[in-house]
Amino acid sequence: MEATTRNFERNARKALADTKLQEALARLSHGFPAKRRQAIARLPEFEALRDAARDIRNDVLENLDFYLERFETRVGERGGQVHWARDAAEARSLVLKICQDAGARTVTKSKSMIGEEIAINEHLEANGITPVETDLGEYIIQIRREPPSHLIAPAIHLSKGQVAESFKEKHGQFPKDRSLEEPRALLDEARTVLRESFLEADVGMTGANMLVAETGTVVVVTNEGNADLTMSLPRVHIVIASLEKVVPTLDDAATLLRVLARSATGQEISVYTTFSTGPRRPGDLDGPEAFHVVLLDNGRTTMLGSELHEMLRCIRCGACLNECPIYRAVGGHAYGWVYSGPMGAVLTPVLIGIEHAGDLPNASTLCGKCEDVCPVRIPLPRMLRHWRQRQFEGNQSSAASRYGLKAWAFLARRPALYRLAVGPAVAVLGMLGRRRGRFRRLPLAGGWTASRDLPAPAGRTFLALWRKRPAGRP
Amino acid sequence: MSEARAHIFATIRRALGRQAPSAEQAAALHRRLDAPEPNVIPARAQIDAPARIGLFIAEAERADATVARVATVDDVPRAVADYLAANNLPSVLKVAPAVADIPWSERTALSAVAGVAGGGDPVGVTGAFAGVAETGTLVLLSGPDSPTTLNFLPDTHIVVLAAARIVGTYEDTWRSLRAAAGGDGPLPRTVNWITGPSRTADIEQTLLLGAHGPRRLHIVLVDGDDG
Repeated sequence: MEATTRNFERNARKALADTKLQEALARLSHGFPAKRRQAIARLPEFEALRDAARDIRNDVLENLDFYLERFETRVGERGGQVHWARDAAEARSLVLKICQDAGARTVTKSKSMIGEEIAINEHLEANGITPVETDLGEYIIQIRREPPSHLIAPAIHLSKGQVAESFKEKHGQFPKDRSLEEPRALLDEARTVLRESFLEADVGMTGANMLVAETGTVVVVTNEGNADLTMSLPRVHIVIASLEKVVPTLDDAATLLRVLARSATGQEISVYTTFSTGPRRPGDLDGPEAFHVVLLDNGRTTMLGSELHEMLRCIRCGACLNECPIYRAVGGHAYGWVYSGPMGAVLTPVLIGIEHAGDLPNASTLCGKCEDVCPVRIPLPRMLRHWRQRQFEGNQSSAASRYGLKAWAFLARRPALYRLAVGPAVAVLGMLGRRRGRFRRLPLAGGWTASRDLPAPAGRTFLALWRKRPAGRP
Repeated sequence: MSEARAHIFATIRRALGRQAPSAEQAAALHRRLDAPEPNVIPARAQIDAPARIGLFIAEAERADATVARVATVDDVPRAVADYLAANNLPSVLKVAPAVADIPWSERTALSAVAGVAGGGDPVGVTGAFAGVAETGTLVLLSGPDSPTTLNFLPDTHIVVLAAARIVGTYEDTWRSLRAAAGGDGPLPRTVNWITGPSRTADIEQTLLLGAHGPRRLHIVLVDGDDG
């Protein structure tokens, strides 16, 4: 998809004025975080599991080549095939070739962020193959031709009325005057339509939540069961995954699964967790005849050993989105590409270039909530600061912010001058603001006071108060 | 695309500042994979057999599955017939070969055919390799006597599970699968962990059961033998 990350500010303004979107975001903000807290409250070992999950992911990154080789060997031993793609274009060609070799006309798909990242649907369509998304949310945004707005709830930004409109337009086979008022009716209609696709498809394409090196197994998690119908009915199963998704053992997968669903939806575990190893075995009555795994790099290996190394621990649960005050205010589309929220603000600049995504690392208050909830303890705020520093060093930040920072740094390194500059200002502001305790408007700070008050300073600086403290007291 | 593969591995090794792992490192990594160790195990699942059964039922019901307990395998058809009648469901079963020997039609009005599921089968009946008490999760293995489509296509999925097959944690099932591993490795083509019926909350975060998979998951727990 075309990135609109350059327009973050315009996107964000539009999002803030969109009442339907704001209602949807309010629902999300009340839903997921509370459910997450409840699930964690039931599991005293949760913090220890987070540590274990972090350590597993760290071990993977330290030995990525070893685990990938082992995964590839095991997949081969079980009759499957691993394909390697350096970038999106290579991945698209590999997938298309497999589909063409299978004589595929229809491909069912379960939700995959890698599928979004490489824009596989557009590529298949351009080559005469029909891709059908089967995750309900993903199906809705596919027929609306929109990108996902959330890692695990891609249509979270829409109201049921908007979905009903799209269904009436798309599903001409049903009576025009049918009622699609309730979510139940919408779901049942999608279930009926997609049931046909599941049974017809020649190829089923899924993503992967994990790849297990021990056994050459692909792990896919859903609540709907759509991934299972996608991979067990067609003749060919294609898995598209980024290569850092590998984990060492089945036991490690179990550990990560214990933190994944709880962090994502607040469930103890998702309804369906499926471990697929190779194509159907002799004697099996169903299952695909061919099993392909396309492993995508797309810049991830360049993150190894860099300041962004730890971002590769991410298991795509979406907890950092659900807790982020910026995401909750503007939603996923404002971020302008596939990934959104704090994890998107860190990852997107790697994938499409910081010069195209410069606003994203700045779309954060650095409140730290994302790191607090991350199941694999990724220091997201530190990485956002890393991008800001890179922009500053590369002269990519705005002139005003660069001069402002330089002026501040000049003063901050000269304490006497700093006190001289700050002391009188604080005294004057403190005096002026004493009555109300805050300012509604302030010259030179219009951007701040446009949407909130500025608290009045106490009148004396911290350093002045510190010096005046009674002897012997801290 | 072996060129792509070579490029990717070279980039990884350059970033990690080394060549392929040394013999010593590789040996340690092989040990990690060939004799896997469990990590943190929740205390709530480390309990004795009767408590495990209680926890399994409670957690499965929390996930919107329903559970019936019967004394022996011979009681299973009656329990299934009662469940279907109570829910106004058809009494036509597509059963996995693994449970085809159960006398489905002897004393009930059920009709049962063994095989894979088609789009029109209303009720699928399967066995299960294990139940995991920790989260009320069923573990089903694909194989000649247990086709995977039965778990997903029919509107109603009924699982016959011997109470003796209920374990505490996921890791317990990995351990027994590894112990029984043959030439094809420890896992069949598909291992399905199933916790409750299919669901979605993709429309306005409204939770609805029966998205693409079964609308209902009913577990018949057999106390008597190890079935």
